[in-house]
Amino acid sequence: MKAGHKFTLWLGAFFGAVVALIAAVAGLVAAGLAPEEQRVLWQVLEERAQLLAFVALILFFACGFILRWLTARFVTPLRALAEQARIASSANIEHRVAVEGGPETAELAAAINRLGDAHRAQHLDMGTRIAESNARLEEERNRLAALMSELSEGVLLCNSEGRILLYNEHARALFTPTGPGPISQQSPVGLGRSVFAFLDRDQVTHALDKIQYGLDREREAPVTRFLTTGAAGGLVRVRLAPFLSAEGRIGGMVLTLEDVTAAFGQEAQRRSLLQALATGVRQPAANVRAAAENLFSFPEMKDEERARFTEIIATESRGLSETIDEALRAYADALKAGLSLEEMRLIDLLGVAGRRIDALPGLSARQETIDESLWIKVDSYAFMQVFAFLAERLRDEYGVREIGFRAAVNGGFIELDLTWSGASATVDALAGWETLPLQVGTEHTPLAIRDVLERHGGEVWHQSNAPSQASWFRFLIPLAEPVVPRQRRRIPMASRPEYYDFDLFKNADAAKGLAGQRLTELSYTVFDTETTGVEPSAGDKIISIGAVRIVNGRLLKQEIYEQLVDPRRSVSKESVRIHGIKARDLAGQPTLPEVLPAFHRFCEDTVLVAHNAAFDMRFLELGEAETGVRFTQPVLDTLLLSAVVHRNLQDHSLEAIAERLGVPVIGRHTALGDAMVTSEIFLKLVALLAERGIATLGQALDASRETYYVRLQY
Amino acid sequence: MSKKVLIADDEPNIVTSLEYLMTKSGYEVEVARNGDEALALVESFMPDLVLLDVMMPRRSGYAVCQKMRERPEWRHIKIVMLSAKGREAEVSKGLSLGADAYVTKPFSNRELIARIGALLAENGSPQAP
Repeated sequence: MKAGHKFTLWLGAFFGAVVALIAAVAGLVAAGLAPEEQRVLWQVLEERAQLLAFVALILFFACGFILRWLTARFVTPLRALAEQARIASSANIEHRVAVEGGPETAELAAAINRLGDAHRAQHLDMGTRIAESNARLEEERNRLAALMSELSEGVLLCNSEGRILLYNEHARALFTPTGPGPISQQSPVGLGRSVFAFLDRDQVTHALDKIQYGLDREREAPVTRFLTTGAAGGLVRVRLAPFLSAEGRIGGMVLTLEDVTAAFGQEAQRRSLLQALATGVRQPAANVRAAAENLFSFPEMKDEERARFTEIIATESRGLSETIDEALRAYADALKAGLSLEEMRLIDLLGVAGRRIDALPGLSARQETIDESLWIKVDSYAFMQVFAFLAERLRDEYGVREIGFRAAVNGGFIELDLTWSGASATVDALAGWETLPLQVGTEHTPLAIRDVLERHGGEVWHQSNAPSQASWFRFLIPLAEPVVPRQRRRIPMASRPEYYDFDLFKNADAAKGLAGQRLTELSYTVFDTETTGVEPSAGDKIISIGAVRIVNGRLLKQEIYEQLVDPRRSVSKESVRIHGIKARDLAGQPTLPEVLPAFHRFCEDTVLVAHNAAFDMRFLELGEAETGVRFTQPVLDTLLLSAVVHRNLQDHSLEAIAERLGVPVIGRHTALGDAMVTSEIFLKLVALLAERGIATLGQALDASRETYYVRLQY
Repeated sequence: MSKKVLIADDEPNIVTSLEYLMTKSGYEVEVARNGDEALALVESFMPDLVLLDVMMPRRSGYAVCQKMRERPEWRHIKIVMLSAKGREAEVSKGLSLGADAYVTKPFSNRELIARIGALLAENGSPQAP
């Protein structure tokens, strides 16, 4: 009702009430008069009718005035107050009420404003606290992610179903296939993916059984280990520890992964060397001992018998020495191969070498300025031994007391000089020392200087300068690339890094069928293809596939798939104009049957999403016939979903939707670029669908089916 | 009558020493150069004790030992295994297959003779060699 009408009604009612009141009073007064007096009164009133009408008019206006005054003073300000209080309580907590009105209204407004101040303060305080605790949580998560990325082992965290909640780069790398050729290789390690794609289900189940067994017996911190193979055929040692739910059940597991290929190889080699040595020595030693003891026990034996035993001893002793030499050679070779080269600063190596020499009796080291930017790749322990060994030889044979180090760059090498002054060693001396097993004090190694240098690809020679009485051994050691300290992953506080997703825990009860699952909880592969043309029935083929994953409502920009495909046919001019990929770009790329299995693995256990999915699926189906790889998962189409959300709009092209939803379009018409745009659109559509009550996959599929576009296209 | 010892080993230098040692210690000695020959000689020579090398061509010492223990009429023959393999598992395997003693090479002649003497004394009346 309009405010004017309302006022008129009120005014009528008010005036009516006043008139009725006067009439009632007059009626009562008249009722108490004698009939004669009543007649006189009526006469008087009739004579004064004009005056009475005038008074009534005055009364009417007085009523209007009073009503207006009351409305202005109390009703309107109160209404305004209520509205403004509503704004302050919800939309804008900074808003304060201010209305014109009487002192009562002003007082009420002041009280509301005080309430508003208190509400605001409380709100801000709570907001700050929530922000603080969120920031703390985020910081802890980031610290965890950063810590994990620094670990030298691979780490995986998964829920009880084996879905990965968290991983680090090492874990990912351990299982990344290293196949040759241009086929894009995807690690099976990714958020929300199953560990059973790369770990044997039986092994993991067995490990969990063992842990459960331990838990049932209340053993402390049960942990199991097993070996498996990595992507490159290497040995990976898996250490599996459970984490327990509040009820004490296994809620998930932490897997640490370590590449033990090299360690196992060296250990096995050492063991077999020792075994071979033991067996090899025993036989000839037995022969020598038996013969010798015979000689000893039977001094009366005949000369030819004695000669036979002596001969046996001589032959077998020679064999024995050879066996031992051979074993030592093999051991030295193994050691040489096992020298672990590490990148380090030259200045650090020399610093340690200096201290080592200082610690030797009768020797001290002197270090000249060394360029800090020089890096070498060395087994620092072996080099330490070499320097110390040479220092001791020089001290013992030439009376040298002080050893110096200096270095210079020469091409790809560092010339590292071990210098001394005074007696110059002979050229032959170094040649002799080079092949001696290194011995410093009581430390022995079967390695010689030559072995160490061979392993490093280096050389050494002796030089001297007669006038200055300076001599030096010059080591030539290959320069190494400076090691740039690994970039610590800086994670913007606002966005979570995509390496982990603890919210996946909530997905554990996947038992409810896919159709019943919430759209926000599903994992998706959003993909797009580029093709030679638009008519698959006329032989058009896929030339590029791009895909990206969405897990738990998050776009995982690190887990992408991108692959060019050789269609084995020409590319139509029209489509080259769209995507710019020419036939020559595709030469040497794998064909669709080669690519599909890898793409299929990438999509495993996810719902497929594409824009105008029918088109892309048609092309994939053509590949299915050739390879037997079938994409049987549910498919959602952003074109149809957009039509569900905006029924009254006509344009549902990717660009139009992107513009509508405020998604920046980057890399349009590359398969990966389009997949990215589609995925961002999809995430926005999921939120819009929820507003329309479409929350599960089943509902989304049903709604898609019902849209006009479905009727049009199918 | 002196006791009979069969030496089964393919290593000629140890055989020479063992043969001399056993003969000097008063035993009647035969020598087999491989596993098959050892089994044939057990049959024909009927020794009281066999010194059995583990690593022999044709048939290993373990196999010879196992074969011998399958024949009840050879149950009384003592078997001393000699081997350059000295791991615990190997010793244990030899004894489990029925050897009476497992001696790892190199060994002391005197201890070997004492061991053989003791083993042979277990069977029937002790007899000084």
